[in-house]
Amino acid sequence: MILRLAVGSLMARALTVGMTVLAIALSVALFLGVEKVRTGARASFADTISGTDLIVGARSGSVQLLLYSVFRIGNATNNVTRESYQDIASRPEVNWIVPISLGDSHRQFRVMGTTQGFFDHYRYRGDRALEIGTGHGLEDLYDAVIGAEVAGALGYSVGDPIVVSHGLASFSDHGDQPFRVAGIVERTGTPVDRTVIVSLEAIEAIHVDWKSGAKIPGRTTPVERIRQMDLTPTGITAAMVGVENRLQIFGLQRWINEYPEEPLLAILPGVALQELWQIVGVAETALVGVSAMVVVTALLGMMAMIFSSLNERRREMAIWRAMGARPAVILGLLVLEAMLIAAAGAVLGFVLLYLGLVAARPWVDAAFGLWLPIEAPTVRELWTLLAVVGVAALAGLLPALRAYRLSLADGMMVRT
Amino acid sequence: MLLLGASGSGKSTLLSLICGIVAADQGKVHHGDVDIGAMRAGARDRFRAERIGVIFQQFNLLPYARVIDNILLPLRFAPERRARAGNGTTEAKRLCAALGLPAGVSHTPAGQLSVGQQQRVAVARALIGSPPLIVADEPTSALDAATQDTFLALLFEQVTEAHSSLLMVSHDERLGDRFDRVIRIEDVVSTVREAA
Repeated sequence: MILRLAVGSLMARALTVGMTVLAIALSVALFLGVEKVRTGARASFADTISGTDLIVGARSGSVQLLLYSVFRIGNATNNVTRESYQDIASRPEVNWIVPISLGDSHRQFRVMGTTQGFFDHYRYRGDRALEIGTGHGLEDLYDAVIGAEVAGALGYSVGDPIVVSHGLASFSDHGDQPFRVAGIVERTGTPVDRTVIVSLEAIEAIHVDWKSGAKIPGRTTPVERIRQMDLTPTGITAAMVGVENRLQIFGLQRWINEYPEEPLLAILPGVALQELWQIVGVAETALVGVSAMVVVTALLGMMAMIFSSLNERRREMAIWRAMGARPAVILGLLVLEAMLIAAAGAVLGFVLLYLGLVAARPWVDAAFGLWLPIEAPTVRELWTLLAVVGVAALAGLLPALRAYRLSLADGMMVRT
Repeated sequence: MLLLGASGSGKSTLLSLICGIVAADQGKVHHGDVDIGAMRAGARDRFRAERIGVIFQQFNLLPYARVIDNILLPLRFAPERRARAGNGTTEAKRLCAALGLPAGVSHTPAGQLSVGQQQRVAVARALIGSPPLIVADEPTSALDAATQDTFLALLFEQVTEAHSSLLMVSHDERLGDRFDRVIRIEDVVSTVREAA
C-alpha cells in the first residue's frame, strides 16, 4: 500500500518527476553507451589482426613494430633482408609467411607491397577474411587493391589510375609507372581500409630508377624493360607468420629474436595489442569518469527536485503524521521515492540504450568500423543499475532527513 | 465536547499535544490513565494511530491516492485498530455509504472529489476501526452553511454508532447546543506568543 501511495504521489507530479526520470535515463544510457563503445572499441582493436601467430620485423620495440606493420603508423627503423626472410620461411615450424613492404604512399594513405598470401591469411574479427567487393585481386604487376576508406575518400572505382608517391610526405611521384585500381576490399574496420595494396614486385619496380631515396637523374627505364627484369625484392619491412602448430610459436619467436645474422624482432600480435591498448586505455578511463559524473549530476538534479517539492508537500506529511505514521515512515517514503525515480530512470535508460544501439549500429559499423554487440545486459551493467538506485537512495536521504525534521517541527498543523 | 476559541488562541497547538504529535515541554497529557507525555515518540505515534481519528479543517486527504486508500491509511500503522475494523475494505465502503458518499467513489482519486465529499471521506477515515477518540479541527469551516448542518448530523450519527468520543475545535459558538460539554479555551489556557 505504501508503495502504491508512493507511486501515486509520483504520478501526481508526472511532469517534474518525468523530467527527472528522463534526465537519469539519458545519463544512464550515456554511461552504458560509453561502456559499450569502450568494450566494442577494445574488442574491435583486439580483432584488428587474428590468425597471425607472429609478426617479424627489424629489432625495435614490440609496440612500434605492431604500429607500423599492422596499423601503418610510424616507420620501420630498418628492413629485413631477403636472406633473413628466406631463412625464416624455410624453418620447419612455419606454415605460411607473408612479406609486407611499406614506405610509399598515395595521398594520405599508405601503400603496402605484399603477396597474394596476404589475402589468403590475413584475418580479423575472429576468423573473417578480406573480401574483394568489386574487381579482382592482384594479377598484373601494376594492379592495386584499395581499402574501402581509400575508395570512399578519394572516390576511386575499379579501373582508375593511381600514382604512388615516394616516401610518406613527399612531392616526388612515381609518375612514370602509374597503377590501376584492380579491386576494392570490403570495409573491415581495420587499417586495411586505409591501405593501398600492391604486389611486392611492384614496389621493387617503381624503385628501379631510384637509389637511396632519390631518383637517379636522367634515368628512366621503360616499363616494358622493367617487366622483363627480376623484381625479387632485396628486403622487406616486416612479415606475418603462421606456424604449423601453436605450441611452436614461442620456440620460433625465440629463434627469430636470437637470429645471429641480423637483429630481428618477432612479436605475438595479441600481446602487443594488449600493450598498445594500455597506452590508449588512459583516454577510455577518462571517458568513463566523465559519463559517471553525468549520472551523478542527474541524481543531484533529482535531489534538488525532491528538495523543492518538500514545501508544497508539508501538508501531505502532516496527514501521514496525523494518521500515526512515525517520522521514520516519512523518511522511508522519500527515500523510496528517490529509489523509484532512479529505478525508472535506469530501466528507461537501458531501453534507450538498446533502441540507440539498434538504430546506430549499422552506421557506427560503416563509419568507424566499430561493431557494437547487442546482447543481454552483462552482470557489470546490472551492477551499474543497482549502483544508480543505491546512490539515489543516498541522495534521497538528504531531502528525506529535512522532511523528517520538518514533520517533527510542524506537528499536525501546518501553518501555511 | 466542543472546544471554543478564537484563532490564534492555541487550539491547534493543544490538539497537536493531545494527539501526541508534539511533546509537551512542561505538564502532562493524559488519555484516561495513560500519560502520553511519558511515552517515547514511536509509542506516541502508535498510540495516536490506534486510538485517535483526526479530521482537519480541509486538505484532509492525499489527493493522488484513491478514496479507499485514504480511508485505510490509518489502519496501516495500527494493527489493533485494523483487527477491530474487520475487513477494512468492506468497513470503508460501509462508512462511505453511511456518510452518503456515492457508491462508486471508493476508487476515484481523492483530489477529484468536492470539498464536502472530501470532508466526509475524512470522517470515514477517522472512524474506521472505531477509535475511542475523534479529534476534529474546525471540520466545517470549509463548508457552506447548508452542508455544515448535514455534515454535522452525519458526523454525530456515526460517532455515536462507533461509541467514540468527539473532541471538536471551533470558533463558532452556535455549535454549542449540540455538544455535551463546551469549553472555552480562554478559560483553560493562557496563550503567550513570543515576539518573533
